[in-house]
Amino acid sequence: MLVSINWLKEYVDIEGIPTGELAEAITKTGVEVDGIHGPILDDEKIVVGYVEACEQHPNADKLNLCQVNVGEDELAQIVCGAPNVAQGQYVVAARPGARLPGGLKIKKAKLRGEASEGMICSLQELGVDEKFVPDHQKDGIFVFDEEVQIGEPACPLLNLDDQVLELDLTPNRADCLNMVGMAYEVAAIYNKELQLPSPTVTKADESSNDYIAVRIENKEMNPYYGAWIIKDLEVKSSPLWLRNRLISAGIRPINNLVDITNYVLLEYGQPLHAFDYDRFGSKEVVTRPAHEGETMTTLDGKERTLQPEHLLITNGEKPHALAGVMGGQDSEVQDDTTTILLEAAYFDPRTVRKASSQHNLRSEASARFEKGVDLTRVKEAAMRAAELYEELAGGTILGEMVEEGSTDREPVQITFERHEINERIGTELSIDQMNDILERLRLPYEQQGEQYTVTPPSRRNDLRILEDMVEEFARLYGYDHIPYTLPTGQSNKGGLTKRQRLTREVHAYLQKTGLNEALTYSLTTEEKSKHFVSPEIQTDQEAVKLMMPMTDLHSHLRLSVIPELLSSLQYNVARNQYNLGFYELGSVYLPNEGKDVLPREELRVAAAITGIWENHPWQGEKKPVDFFVLKGILEGLFNYFLKDEVIFEKANLDGLHPGRTALLKLNGETVGYIGQLHPFVQKDHDLDDTYVFDLNLEKVFNHVDETPDYEAITKYPAISQDLAFVVNAEITAKEIEDIIYEQGQPYLKTIRVFDVYQGEHMEEGKKSIAFNLTFQNNERTLKDDEVDELRERIIQKVKATYQAELRG
Amino acid sequence: MKERLQSIKQEAITEIEAADTQKSLQDVRVQFLGKKGKITEVLKGMGKLSKEERPVIGQLANEVRDEITASIEEKADLLEKQAIEEQLKAETIDVTLPGRPTHTGGPHILMKTIRDIEDLFIGMGYEVAEGPEVETDYYNFEALNLPKGHPARDMQDSFYITEELLMRTHTSPVQARTLNAHEGRGPVKIICPGKVYRRDTDDATHSHQFTQIEGLYVDEHITMSDLKGTLNVLAKHLFGEDREIRLRPSFFPFTEPSVEMDISCKVCNGDGCSVCKHTGWIEILGAGLVHPNVLEMAGFDSKKYTGFAFGMGPERIAMLKYGIEDIRHFYTNDVRFLKQFHQV
Ligand SMILES: [Zn+2]
Repeated sequence: MLVSINWLKEYVDIEGIPTGELAEAITKTGVEVDGIHGPILDDEKIVVGYVEACEQHPNADKLNLCQVNVGEDELAQIVCGAPNVAQGQYVVAARPGARLPGGLKIKKAKLRGEASEGMICSLQELGVDEKFVPDHQKDGIFVFDEEVQIGEPACPLLNLDDQVLELDLTPNRADCLNMVGMAYEVAAIYNKELQLPSPTVTKADESSNDYIAVRIENKEMNPYYGAWIIKDLEVKSSPLWLRNRLISAGIRPINNLVDITNYVLLEYGQPLHAFDYDRFGSKEVVTRPAHEGETMTTLDGKERTLQPEHLLITNGEKPHALAGVMGGQDSEVQDDTTTILLEAAYFDPRTVRKASSQHNLRSEASARFEKGVDLTRVKEAAMRAAELYEELAGGTILGEMVEEGSTDREPVQITFERHEINERIGTELSIDQMNDILERLRLPYEQQGEQYTVTPPSRRNDLRILEDMVEEFARLYGYDHIPYTLPTGQSNKGGLTKRQRLTREVHAYLQKTGLNEALTYSLTTEEKSKHFVSPEIQTDQEAVKLMMPMTDLHSHLRLSVIPELLSSLQYNVARNQYNLGFYELGSVYLPNEGKDVLPREELRVAAAITGIWENHPWQGEKKPVDFFVLKGILEGLFNYFLKDEVIFEKANLDGLHPGRTALLKLNGETVGYIGQLHPFVQKDHDLDDTYVFDLNLEKVFNHVDETPDYEAITKYPAISQDLAFVVNAEITAKEIEDIIYEQGQPYLKTIRVFDVYQGEHMEEGKKSIAFNLTFQNNERTLKDDEVDELRERIIQKVKATYQAELRG
Repeated sequence: MKERLQSIKQEAITEIEAADTQKSLQDVRVQFLGKKGKITEVLKGMGKLSKEERPVIGQLANEVRDEITASIEEKADLLEKQAIEEQLKAETIDVTLPGRPTHTGGPHILMKTIRDIEDLFIGMGYEVAEGPEVETDYYNFEALNLPKGHPARDMQDSFYITEELLMRTHTSPVQARTLNAHEGRGPVKIICPGKVYRRDTDDATHSHQFTQIEGLYVDEHITMSDLKGTLNVLAKHLFGEDREIRLRPSFFPFTEPSVEMDISCKVCNGDGCSVCKHTGWIEILGAGLVHPNVLEMAGFDSKKYTGFAFGMGPERIAMLKYGIEDIRHFYTNDVRFLKQFHQV
């Protein structure tokens, strides 16, 4: 919404208030002013001139030598190149010293040997947007088509001195979508008088009823419809003042018949429509829902296919307008129009919104109907238009408007006590202060003691409940004046849940290991949604997908964070960042059975690392990341949170290296995986060796025991023993450890692999693996023979189970 | 024999002085003090001496041995010191060479911003509440006073999954869920961070996924001034003690009255510049008193209970605070971007 300050001044006295200050006051009280435009030009050296004589320049074919009366003693000679300049015109003359928009400074000059004292201007040269310049003046100077005073400043005449506020209106303040509403608002802010139009017309004896009848088929979609016949009209250009008003609001003037409806729309917020009566084709207006699949051609020349949820204005047979949105071509006002059918109606906001959004036809009219126009102002707006048709187009108004339906509205009453307002704002407004605010807002009210009853007028349809009144008092009192307090109720301890606390600890741990937290999109491609899904997630179902994705890039909800993390690695590598370690902690979205059932959101953490991990540049050390780097990070995480052991079980998963992948198993349950990307996948992403894990944090958190059993530190010494076995290369360390652990009870405490060897001096297909074992008894010192016995038991069992040889 | 001992002593001292390594000093020790050394040799000849001479020569021999021992030890200390000095010299490194790089990971700036706000409110007795990112139409809209057909819930603005399910468009459904769970009893003091989704084409200022953090306080006697005081604490915490705040009317379906909070522009200090669009103020968040319909739908008596709610975008806060120019940086994970915020 654009609000012209010059126009606003017609209704409310804001003379002397700087526009910036006004804008801030409006912003702080109710409606955000997004910008202030203009003034375009306000220069007293730009005046009205009268072309006394115009002849061709002696030395130039395309130039004219004009003698211009600029209200001074002598005529000014001005050289003008415009093709349309002629003797007898009132024009805009920029005198020497004037400065035009764009910085051009007017000086006395000689053009092809002839003196020129200024410039006769086109509208574009005066800074008027080309789209507002009438076609016939686009290539030439501007010529006044009405009487003006020679020598008077021209900028105000063309409204170039105006400033315009650009409002960012919230949906509740539809009352400010028109100049009258803005006048109410500004008058309330500054406690000023209001001068509003009170239109009157001379009604001819002839009755509109003789020309037209109105029938409404659906009162819900169209509660009220008024039709007025205006005859004897002459189509011409609107007067300058009206054109100025439309231009200030961003609307292009067309002709007087069309401009008047637009003017009233801006002034009252009531969209009107003028049909050419002679082209309407019947003596009856029938408003009705469209038939399924019915078509009509709107003013813009497009054929629209309609549904029963759309409302049509018809002549009983064929549609002439899509109600509240756009008229039809057949009954459009044209240059030869002499009689119009003026429509003043109330259309249901939702009906209009459906039509405008489905047909992508947002207009000044639909924008207002959608938000709900003021029912009680429909007739007054029609009267205002009629007044202007009479005054500016020579129209004859035929009797009373033909009406159908009702503009009555369910009255709203809001009753409250003074303390209810103060308790919600946190103020101590007195009765006087509250009465003053209600009066400034011009809201009818009754006050008896502490008790108030406000009856909001229909222009303030947004006021319905107590809280709406709280807002009116708060904003008019001024948010700046409300004190700063903090709630004084009972105190809460606040804080984090176990899950939130553990989540924070996971973040802290992973960051300490050197990983950077990444954030990727939850919505991914269909293809990516299928990859790297941890095996414990049921993958026979398709990932959750959007009904109407905007792009295939974000159509499905992720089942793993890994695919998008890999894209992040690739993004960095493409920018010459090669050594990368990322993790992301967030939800994946598991589809649930059944329609309209929420997916299960599972908290997971995933990581991806690539490039050099150990690096000592000038000492020549450069070790790329490997499986055990990432495994070490995971083991650290598990040791930190869990008592139970997480087992890494060799596995083969899609997208991962078949020899370097493991499932993570906690108490026999799969909780994720770790592995190297398959070389093909690495190649697809332009990555060197890259390792990833994807872990179900919820399952891990379920096993975290936050009150561990304390065990006193024993004073009895531990005994350490080393054992090395030669076994078949495919036997895993874990398999041997399991036997050692079982046989080593009750005194074996820890097992640690300290050497693995395969290669030279070792039989083909064999490897040596060495363990360090510690034995301890918490109650007493262990005897050597007790340990020797356990050691022997371990050796025998490992030998028997895996055909192992004890080494050295 | 006296002379012999004296000359041994002289000889020893000369050789000790000449010894320049631990090894040669050790040789001197063996040569003079060893089992077959020169002193022992002299002492072996003691048998030939008279009874009177024996103690005298014996004592002298002891004195000579002690002196030689002392000299050797003194020299040994000297040699050790020299050896260490040489070793230290040999071990000298260029301390200006770079050290071994360590792994320095860190948090994402958005998560850090969210945690910072969480912690501020935890300190004021709030709990952190979370909810699903895929929501029902009821919690995302209806429970927040956005009935079906309301203009603000256009299908065009949301990612629907079915007619009834959608990617939540704000974190406000967490408020509705938490209120419901309280079964009409206050106080409710929560701060709700999370990811939200809108039908926007990604560009420098729009992202189809972004984060929000909201606060809700419902109790008896909660006022607009309490909201103002709370937001003032928040604004100063985030942007500095010298920032001013202002509230101005706005509209959200789930609050009434609704306000937006601006802070005074840090760049121009309120004089007006391009950052604040020449208004001197920068919009930070939306807030208001919880709409009675929202309270009633969640089972709260809106005559007895009032509450305030506020919500903001961590992206916007980080962008303002650090001058980040493109919202897409938050989601592309360029390490050169991420690492800049580890220390903040
Ligand atoms: Zn500024």
